[in-house]
Amino acid sequence: MRIGEAVVMGSEGLDALLTTLIELGYETRGPVVRDGAIMPGPVREVADLPVGTHDVQAPGRYGLEQSDDDTVFAWAVGPGSWKAEFFPPSQELWHSTVDGESVTTTTPDLDMPPLAIVGARPCELAALAVLDRVLLDGAFPDPRYAARRDGTFLVTAECGSPAATCFCTSMGTGPGADSGFDLALTELNDDDGHRFVVRIGSDRGAEVLAAVPVSEVTAADLAARDRVLSSSGDLIDRRLETRGLADLLARNLEHPRWDEVADRCLACGNCTLVCPTCFCSDVSDTTDLTGDVHRQRTWASCFDLDHSHLHGGPVRSSTSSRYRQWLTHKLSTWWDQFDTSGCVGCGRCIAWCPVGIDLTEEAAAIRETDGAVRSLSTAPGRAR
Amino acid sequence: MTPIPHRIVSRRAETGDVTTLSLVPASGRPLGFVPGQFNMLTAYGVGEVAISVSSSPREVGPLQHTVRDVGPVTRALCRASTGDVIGVRGPFGTPWAVDAAPTSTGDTVVVAGGIGIAPLRGAIDDLVHRPDTDGGRVFIVAGARQPEQIIFAGDLEAWERAGAVVAVTVDLGSPGWLGHVGLVTSVFDAIAFEPAESSALVCGPEIMMRLTARALVGRGVDPERIRVALERNMQCGVGWCGHCQLGPFLLCRDGPVLPYAGAVSHLLSERER
Repeated sequence: MRIGEAVVMGSEGLDALLTTLIELGYETRGPVVRDGAIMPGPVREVADLPVGTHDVQAPGRYGLEQSDDDTVFAWAVGPGSWKAEFFPPSQELWHSTVDGESVTTTTPDLDMPPLAIVGARPCELAALAVLDRVLLDGAFPDPRYAARRDGTFLVTAECGSPAATCFCTSMGTGPGADSGFDLALTELNDDDGHRFVVRIGSDRGAEVLAAVPVSEVTAADLAARDRVLSSSGDLIDRRLETRGLADLLARNLEHPRWDEVADRCLACGNCTLVCPTCFCSDVSDTTDLTGDVHRQRTWASCFDLDHSHLHGGPVRSSTSSRYRQWLTHKLSTWWDQFDTSGCVGCGRCIAWCPVGIDLTEEAAAIRETDGAVRSLSTAPGRAR
Repeated sequence: MTPIPHRIVSRRAETGDVTTLSLVPASGRPLGFVPGQFNMLTAYGVGEVAISVSSSPREVGPLQHTVRDVGPVTRALCRASTGDVIGVRGPFGTPWAVDAAPTSTGDTVVVAGGIGIAPLRGAIDDLVHRPDTDGGRVFIVAGARQPEQIIFAGDLEAWERAGAVVAVTVDLGSPGWLGHVGLVTSVFDAIAFEPAESSALVCGPEIMMRLTARALVGRGVDPERIRVALERNMQCGVGWCGHCQLGPFLLCRDGPVLPYAGAVSHLLSERER
């Protein structure tokens, strides 16, 4: 078996794949049902995966339904993303014992078992590629991220069941995967039975698959895969027009829409929390009772008033300015900073916004009235 | 991301709330720097802040940082005693690069507002002492809110003796002040720089940099030859934390020193609030 080849794996093959990865020393993780949502979690067998679980999503809405069918990957992404695996919500950067002139500093042990993720969606592979640009490819690679990311075995589950919030087709990140995986699964559950088309994305993927019972792929299997992906694409009707989008937003910083969306936005930061690419963090120091100093790095949100704190107060005091910072960063200045879009079209920020703000709708509204300028009297900070 | 312990070998109160700390590493070699760059300074147990290096590369000796007390960490740094140990990471960011274009030819106007003279100190020292064959005259315009808040007064005199044209102005005079009163832009008419042949280095409060850059451009200075040093919240210095974004820039990585022409002139005229 070689890179680019496809085979067929029966439904029992998924258990064999997990067992093989565990025997090879991988810490195996995948989607699990936790607290009423599809979340990343430890997975050792198929029974740990969301078998028969389906999701219902809409702007501001998320819910799961359980059925008795045996499909494993018939859901769209939940609030947890794989970001947390590589860039934890909270991590210690170092701790120091300060004794007069002597400072002893200890950094955390970054020796971790290799990680295998089974069942990441193609949009999540795209999100990891974006995070790699930010935390790995710059002048100062993040050592914790690099240590966890190094050697990660990625099994993607191509998407046959997008949610109403999804728009990966606009961002070119789904429903199928072209690259960034060791193995790509497409789940088929039709008259020919429950099975997976497995495509090989790396030599390592081929090696792992050698220990898993598979059979030759048939033309019917490949046609079934095409049908799953094309019907999945057809189901996605949410669109984000990306043509000229970065420039559009960059030239509409004084558009009235920023104030209109701010009237609804709670500045709660849910969107940044569920976003698989938002990478902002706070760095803070604490002392424990022994006097040791701990430096902590914690996920942060640009919707937080303190995020832009400069002596004298925040630079972005209005919700309007903070929503504008988030959206323009995601869709426009991310290109300037990292030569990629910061959005992969997963739709999490739409589903998990308590008031259902939809970034595709906001971008479309600005496009529709490109060049509109808010009145001086209503702009935040201008009336004073 | 781990700070290197440095001992405070001397401290000098510049004004009521500004202190210059001289630092040597507790062990190992001193950190290098180029004027305009900054270090992340840790007051152990309090926190970390981004502070520009205020040494001149021409000075042999400890690394200097000039700190204004504006919050818990800067207060802890300003109140630290000689002999205390603080952490230093860096240097980070872009330099003024006075040896390169545009400052390598023609006159250079350096405009500093308040503590903004600290990141410029090394660059001014380099400009003032470069061989006569390189570049033109150096004009230094230093502004402060009040006469008591003028920092580096001794340096300003030394630079004047070395041939620079120095103009000091305050927003608000006080008894005994015989100098100029007004914004930094109000002294431009009084100094004989040749706008069409000049470059400018500007550092100070954002509104001061915006008005200064516009006034210079209004007098005929090429926007491409104006450099400004921008400031935003910085928590990591290495491009991870996202706090220092200003439009397309991560200021710890792409700044703090940036050309005024193009994106910066546009951004400085937008309101971020």
